[in-house]
Amino acid sequence: MRTEKPSWAQSVGPVALVAAVLIVVWYAAAVWLNAPQVIERFDGIGNPWGARELVDATWSMERPVLPAPHQIVADWWASVFGADLDSPRSLVYHAGVTLSSTILGFALGLALGVLIAIGVVHSRVLDRGLLPWIIASQTIPILAIAPMVVVVLGSLGYPPLVSKAVISMYLCFFPVAVGMVKGLRSPEVLQLDLMRTWSATPAQRLVKLRLPAAVPFLFASARIAIATSLIGAIVGELPTGAQAGLGARLLSGSYFGQTIQIWSALLMASLLGVLLVAAVGAVERLVARWMGAAA
Amino acid sequence: MNRRNAMTALAVLVLAVIADALLSRVQGDGPKGAEAAAVWWLLAGWVLLLWFVLGRLAQLRGRVLGLLAPALFGLAMLYLWEIAVVGWDVPRVLLPAPHAVGEALAARWGALRADFRQTAVSVVAGYCAGCGAGFGVALLADRYRLLQRGLLPLAGLAGAVPIVGIAPIMVMWFGFDWQSKAAVAAIVTFFPMLVNTLAGLASVDAMHRDLMRTYGAGHLATLLKLRLPSALPFVFNALKINSTLALISAIVAEFFGSPIYGLGFRISAEVARMNVDVVWAAIALAALAGSVFYGLIALVERAMTFWHASYRS
Repeated sequence: MRTEKPSWAQSVGPVALVAAVLIVVWYAAAVWLNAPQVIERFDGIGNPWGARELVDATWSMERPVLPAPHQIVADWWASVFGADLDSPRSLVYHAGVTLSSTILGFALGLALGVLIAIGVVHSRVLDRGLLPWIIASQTIPILAIAPMVVVVLGSLGYPPLVSKAVISMYLCFFPVAVGMVKGLRSPEVLQLDLMRTWSATPAQRLVKLRLPAAVPFLFASARIAIATSLIGAIVGELPTGAQAGLGARLLSGSYFGQTIQIWSALLMASLLGVLLVAAVGAVERLVARWMGAAA
Repeated sequence: MNRRNAMTALAVLVLAVIADALLSRVQGDGPKGAEAAAVWWLLAGWVLLLWFVLGRLAQLRGRVLGLLAPALFGLAMLYLWEIAVVGWDVPRVLLPAPHAVGEALAARWGALRADFRQTAVSVVAGYCAGCGAGFGVALLADRYRLLQRGLLPLAGLAGAVPIVGIAPIMVMWFGFDWQSKAAVAAIVTFFPMLVNTLAGLASVDAMHRDLMRTYGAGHLATLLKLRLPSALPFVFNALKINSTLALISAIVAEFFGSPIYGLGFRISAEVARMNVDVVWAAIALAALAGSVFYGLIALVERAMTFWHASYRS
């Protein structure tokens, strides 16, 4: 029962194994779920069929209940590399639309969260009055008002980019504010006392002690925040106002029963999410090196 | 000290009186000329007084007294919202006043109650299934190291992925009724539970584990008597995170198709008709339910992990 984290090399094999099992199960499920439709079609045209024909047909349907993994990858490949970048058939175009509001909302949410945290740490009234509400507001399904924000801001003439970014900002600032309050309070009493013996002003204490101490907390929150920011942007694209973006792609896929399109949009969204979190991690390592942390 | 408290109580009373006077002034066409300036000064004074009272209340400690500051802060925010919306004639579609939301809640109570019941069923079913499955798989992965090495990185990856996008597929598979929403909630809640339970099971002190070994305890005994109890704070953490996640994902899943009731359906339908006050009423209901759900779990947590450092201050 070792508890230390397994090294990268140690987990490659097991991850590959689990992934392989998942893919096998997926193919089997595709046969099982698509079979009724295929059988109906075969019987309808009076075609004699065996196991081989059945499997082939279930893995190559146009609108399957569950598309086989290779169909999803093929559709993803075609819509990423096979379409012009600015055409609505291109997944890169949709991902770019979603990405821009994700990043804008993330930046706004980060700024708002840090500001609120600084206020909470420096004001007793905000600490006792506002902080409980920030924590309680995490139980509010903010995402549920996403369509409303888009429709309402859209009717006032704001572009969808702004309204989606507002939703992402709402989702982002909670984890950042809560994490930053913890981080700004993480310096020990001894260190704060030392700053006082140097007669540091509150501003100096903030810039030279509290903010550097809060950086690890900031990045831990930022990783959660950017993932939620992406979710906010995608959900913000669900209402009919949004014509572009991964969320709009999901919705049109669900309207027209284009399951393969839904799955390839999901694949793109997942890749985007993993890339964004990895990017935050890369910035974190850069900052840590710049601040002189032990690697 | 007593005089201080009396002062604070008096200040709260003055706050309430001024608040009432202000609200009646800004209603209708609103004040003009010199009266408008007076209203501005009064409002500024009110905010200053509020800050003073909050500062006083913030020093109070104790279970009930400690709640006074956040309660007054929340009320004041609602009041300023009302004043701003009524005073500046903010269009109803942009932001309804709190009283309009309250009226909508009362007027549409019958429909909203049916919506709430529909959504609650899918949330609870999905939450139980997702948390149960996550916990079970975590126990399995804890027993078989290979499974853990393979699952943990994938589960970590799932945290970066917008899983809620699976909603349209679930709606296609399981139909418009609550089953599809429960499926989405179950998938979304599965991964946090898995990751947190595994982290909790790994959090046991080496010393404690060695002690169990000297007792000759096997895997099951160690699990039941040492590792599961010490994993409880982590499990409750996941339960709390998931309570919100399940609610949100069920509501979002309802955007993709639902019967003619459900909170998500109500929100998207009333947004289309620009009945924003009903939308806010639905959200207030969801927020209240989410908070109560969260609070219940926190209470159970307090009762079951009373020994944990965070409660033994």
